[in-house]
Amino acid sequence: MQAFQLHQPNSVASATQQRAGKDDARFLAGGQSLLAAMRLGLNSASELIDLSKIPGLAGIKVDGNGIVIGAMTRHADVAASADVKRLIPALAALAGSIGDRQVRNMGTIGGSIANADPAADYPAAVLGLGATVQTNKRAIAADDFFKGFYETALAEDELITSVRFPVPTKGAYEKFKNPASRFALVGVFVAQTAGGVRVAVTGAAGSVFRVSAIEAALAGNWSAAAAKAVRVSADGLNSDLHASAEYRAHLITVLAARAVAAS
Amino acid sequence: MKADGIGARVTRKEDQRFLTGNGQYTDDITLSHQTYAAFVRSPHAHATINDIDTRAAAAMPGVVAIFTGKDIAATGIGGLPCGWLINNKDGTPMKEPPHHILAVDKARYVGDQVAVVIAETIEQARAAAEAVEVDYGVLPAVADTATASKAKASVHDAAADNVCYVWGHGDAAAVDRAIASAHKVSTLDIVNNRLIPNAIEPRAANAAYDKSSDSYTLYVSNQNPHVERLLMCAFVLGIPEHKVRVVAPDVGGGFGSKIFLYAEETVLVWASKRVGRPIKWTADRMESFLSDAHGRDHVTRVQMAMDGNGKFTGMKVTTTANVGAYLSTFASCVPTILYATLLAGQYATPAIYCEVTAVFTNTSPVDAYRGAGRPEATYVVERIVETAARDMGLDPAEIRRRNFITTFPYATPVGLTYDIGDYHACLEKAVKLADYAGFPARQAEAKARGKLRGIGFSSYIEACGLAPSNVAGALGARAGLFEAGEVRVHPTGKVTVFTGSHSHGQGHETTFAQVVADRLGIPIDDVDIQHGDTGKVLFGMGTYGSRSLAVGGTAIVKAVDKVIAKGKKIAAHLLEAADTDIEFKDGVFRVAGTDKNVPFASVALTAYVPHNYPLDKLEPGLNENAFYDPTNFTYPAGTHICEVEIDPDTGKTEIVKFTAVDDFGNIINPMIVEGQVHGGLAQGIGQALLEGCVYDKESGQLLTATYMDYAMPRADDLPNFTVGTHVTPCTHNPLGVKGCGEAGAIGSPPALINAITHAIGVRDIAMPATPERVWRAIQSRA
Repeated sequence: MQAFQLHQPNSVASATQQRAGKDDARFLAGGQSLLAAMRLGLNSASELIDLSKIPGLAGIKVDGNGIVIGAMTRHADVAASADVKRLIPALAALAGSIGDRQVRNMGTIGGSIANADPAADYPAAVLGLGATVQTNKRAIAADDFFKGFYETALAEDELITSVRFPVPTKGAYEKFKNPASRFALVGVFVAQTAGGVRVAVTGAAGSVFRVSAIEAALAGNWSAAAAKAVRVSADGLNSDLHASAEYRAHLITVLAARAVAAS
Repeated sequence: MKADGIGARVTRKEDQRFLTGNGQYTDDITLSHQTYAAFVRSPHAHATINDIDTRAAAAMPGVVAIFTGKDIAATGIGGLPCGWLINNKDGTPMKEPPHHILAVDKARYVGDQVAVVIAETIEQARAAAEAVEVDYGVLPAVADTATASKAKASVHDAAADNVCYVWGHGDAAAVDRAIASAHKVSTLDIVNNRLIPNAIEPRAANAAYDKSSDSYTLYVSNQNPHVERLLMCAFVLGIPEHKVRVVAPDVGGGFGSKIFLYAEETVLVWASKRVGRPIKWTADRMESFLSDAHGRDHVTRVQMAMDGNGKFTGMKVTTTANVGAYLSTFASCVPTILYATLLAGQYATPAIYCEVTAVFTNTSPVDAYRGAGRPEATYVVERIVETAARDMGLDPAEIRRRNFITTFPYATPVGLTYDIGDYHACLEKAVKLADYAGFPARQAEAKARGKLRGIGFSSYIEACGLAPSNVAGALGARAGLFEAGEVRVHPTGKVTVFTGSHSHGQGHETTFAQVVADRLGIPIDDVDIQHGDTGKVLFGMGTYGSRSLAVGGTAIVKAVDKVIAKGKKIAAHLLEAADTDIEFKDGVFRVAGTDKNVPFASVALTAYVPHNYPLDKLEPGLNENAFYDPTNFTYPAGTHICEVEIDPDTGKTEIVKFTAVDDFGNIINPMIVEGQVHGGLAQGIGQALLEGCVYDKESGQLLTATYMDYAMPRADDLPNFTVGTHVTPCTHNPLGVKGCGEAGAIGSPPALINAITHAIGVRDIAMPATPERVWRAIQSRA
């Protein structure tokens, strides 16, 4: 791992200031993706801006018909939160299924969604529940946040401060793990929300995405059978060492049906 | 039975230091004036090395020296040797192209080392290695086992068709007659998937040259330090053997991959004199994936001929084995001598013929990996036996019963003589432990839940206790295969044992101490086992092939018996009796039939304080050594039964029960044996279900070079194992032991694949049987 300069700002404003205009600087949240990439030589950031010293970025609070989770909240804290377990148990279960114990104790929700790893779990919850991503500049609807392969709507000096999840009527997440990495080979989040049925898929393509055909089927008939009857196209899905696009497409319906049954 | 003697579940003496972080591994050893090496490795599978420009790298901070293949070749250093000569069917020798310790004109696999950078710190060495500019001329790569001999490109000019050898074993004509006259012939085309060993501790070395004595010390993560020294001194560097000390300290797993003499440590020893400072290198994980010798990688067609009763009448096996880019130390014997000789399995098949084509490819060298040839043989035999049962409409247990060897000694048609075994006993015990009779009910219950349940057998055999040196020599071995041991009794009766075996997870420090404590009648805490240092241990061939106890343990027993024999003479003097009247039992020398006795510790003290001692006819001291060369292989065998449940929606396989009944001969420490079985099963299940090394067939790039892509078995992939033993003591070593280290990895893959193919009703499924492969197989059947 190459040497780098570490900044530890104590406010969002100074953090974004330190980031502005520097190509080689990166925000450091939980470090569970960035530091591993740097160790492998896949990322050569020369400056890291550690967000862990900024007060107020971590924490979970109930806000009307929603839960607001601070960007620096660790996965383990979301998984263990009584409020999250009571109001959106699928979200707590999802957080508790990320990586391993060490990752869950370090990794953060803000870091995960800002990184937008195509196989990460949180993006499925953000998109599946129709969450709102709050940054230092604006509120971004989930549907507008994920833009592609490791790509989000965030500007370079824009920092996620929290994510607001509306409480759904029903919701569940089912993940089929890659046997090697244990990331989602395919993960499907289904939810009945105030805005309608939402089905979000992670792991299967370059970025998390919604499956309108299954959403339509479930809108009329919230049942496993309805989800399973939908044939999802393999077009545009990942095909790699671990799974073909066709198999991933098949898993989407299987997992959507299981999620509905579990919801 | 003594509480800490033979047969006791003694907790491992070595675990105190391992579990408290006090193990001393090669990377833990830092010498004064230490420097660090980083290797420049080829990013291409096959490329000419047109030029290496080291100027920019040499100018970087902390760089001490940079050497290329040309620098080394200029000093007259040849390449790494292959330890086993295999001849072609026509009697001509195999192709042995040079294996330079740094590539000279060409790089032949991704990861092939082309230069070494030595610097003050590891970071500086790595940074400078990245700055070495190599002008490569990329060539087409050969990366597919099955088609390598027909590829347009040649890995070596000396083997234009990429064939290292075509070797035959057995009676081809008799097998052809059996096939022609068979009631039925079952045929399978199967692949034994390539594996990457993945020891927890990566390979590491630290080489130091001492100018005052003109000698070298090499610390290296290795399974057989004396062999490492012998090969390096005599065949590569030409350094006098007595001027090199090789220490293999605590080693965090080997599985075969640390048997071999590798280029990296050889370069370090060579460079340590030139640099005049110690040089350390520890592989990072990706280097391990790229450059450790891999395992398996066979493509095979097998045919089994049967009569109307399902009795085997002949078996024909045709295999293409990938040896990688260069011949690693034992690469040539693994797919031949350690493979074809095991093809009889537990069965009285009268005629067997095997032909093996070994091919060079632009991939990492392939060599012994836990089981080494025997898992490949067992996979062939146990898959075709199960398939034959299905083809004949016979129960898989029944076809085995009909064909088991039952009289011993039994000479197989492939060159081995099994001394003893009871294959029916293992099978019947496994059938009972697995509740085979209850399987149909469990299958029906699973079906009601929408799951596919299957059960598969594997009745494996292995040849361990490598090996009678004269037999191995006649088969092409370029080394002896005995073992050495030394028992040093101290004046107080405490004992230090030196063994040429090496422990890197096996628990020798406990098992061997149990043997010695039991035989000498002293507490186990009075015995220490020393291994892994050519400066301490007189000689050794090391640990592989489940040989340590059967061969190394026997050498120790022989030395202990010499100690007892000498002790009897000393006791006879002290007790004023004839030597022949002294008996030794429970740590006490006694005049037979009397209560006159002297304890072991008193005899030891007398040996070193010889005031009242027969100095006229006996030397003082109590220190004995012994060499033991086995008279035969040992033949552990057993039956594994695997039961799986498959989710047809996803193709995911769950192992619901795994039963292993093994005959390892006598057992010294059942806890350690069970641990070895569990670990072996995990590796075998890993091969069958999860692990697959994949090279891109076009580019020769290793696609599974991290744990993100290479699936290792984890605890939650595995069931609780049901293990049992049946004992037929080995007839030709004093402990009656056979070896247990590899059995789990040998027996389990076919049991698991037989279970999966049974569950979904297909003839074959490729390993690893990933969920998608299983799902597709289910789709193809539907």
